[in-house]
Amino acid sequence: MNEWPLWEIFIRSKNGLSHKHVGSLHATDEEMAMQNARDVYTRRSEGISIWVVESKHISASDPDEGESLFDPANDKVYRHPTFYNLPDELKHM
Amino acid sequence: MEKNLEEIFQAKIDREEKIEPKDWMPDAYRKTLVRQISQHAHSEIIGMLPEGNWITRAPTLRRKVALMAKVQDEAGHGLYLYSAAETLGVDRVELFEQLNSGKAKYSSIFNYPTLSWADIGSVGWLVDGAAIMNQVPLCRCSYGPYARAMVRVCKEESFHQRQGFEILLNLSKGSQAQKDMLQESVNRWWWPAMMMFGPADGDSPNTQQSMKWKIKRFTNDDLRQKFVDVAYEQAKVLNVTLPDPDIKWNEERGHYDYGVINWDEFWNVVKGNGPCNKERLAARNKAWDEGQWVREAALAHAEKRANRKSKKVA
Repeated sequence: MNEWPLWEIFIRSKNGLSHKHVGSLHATDEEMAMQNARDVYTRRSEGISIWVVESKHISASDPDEGESLFDPANDKVYRHPTFYNLPDELKHM
Repeated sequence: MEKNLEEIFQAKIDREEKIEPKDWMPDAYRKTLVRQISQHAHSEIIGMLPEGNWITRAPTLRRKVALMAKVQDEAGHGLYLYSAAETLGVDRVELFEQLNSGKAKYSSIFNYPTLSWADIGSVGWLVDGAAIMNQVPLCRCSYGPYARAMVRVCKEESFHQRQGFEILLNLSKGSQAQKDMLQESVNRWWWPAMMMFGPADGDSPNTQQSMKWKIKRFTNDDLRQKFVDVAYEQAKVLNVTLPDPDIKWNEERGHYDYGVINWDEFWNVVKGNGPCNKERLAARNKAWDEGQWVREAALAHAEKRANRKSKKVA
């Protein structure tokens, strides 16, 4: 059978927060994906805004390349505020 | 190389790190999860049938809206779980076909009939109660998508159990006929609910591996014991007796002892010979077959609209 495409669903729980991935579902088009997302993922007022994206449009990083992608950040402690030595009498900085 | 990958994988699990879909995992881990998650999804879907049976006959509007919401939740739970299973590389249609052909299993409890209104209460109290015992530890399962789906499921399940208990509580305060209906229903559901935790630990060969992988956190018998301890106290509130003459407090163990489970009955239902196995599968197949034209038409409609859109753009 010709399967309905898979969609990834993102929900904003309230204004001020970003959309967050909640799961996926099958639908024939974006309109049906939106309606199904409402029924499947917001039955208890979990959201005020929905994004639907067809799964095939998402490119994901490869976990096997995690080292080369993320390790370079590990030895750059000077990017964090705690790297800098300041006297205790300095308040609020 | 393979060996090394397995060691890294197990070390991650031992550190309580979650496994995500694109991470390397042993084939057996993937297979176990696909089987368990899809069985779980099938159980939610089949689980709608015994309850749907009472929607039109719910005694009040309040009971009817609650029951409809519960059945709708179960459809939702099935969908969360199918989508978690799909992250492991199986097709949803493939999973449906396994269910419809009888190749895949689902929880045997749904092969028992809901004969009286009290059964809707018992399903909520005992069946959902046992399911919650099973499901809460799954929120900490090592596979991320399954654990996340279970967090949503568990949040929603607690209303299910409470609505069931409330139905029974009302019956327990009603006429003698209502009290009898309540007791008769509990008598029928108690043992099948006890069987929901699966075979005794000695007869459950996969438990150890599943616990090492942190898919399972407790053994079948541990969970069953928790259930008995909680249910016994709850039964007192309902003024019902559990149909097990051997239940009694064991001071030394700090738990209730209970009688011997009829495992012949359990395996017989698993093998397809329970009271409703055939009826349940027939209902699923009918729904699937009769929905065929709808699935095709929806796809054709979407294609037509997409074509129209692209013509406009051109």
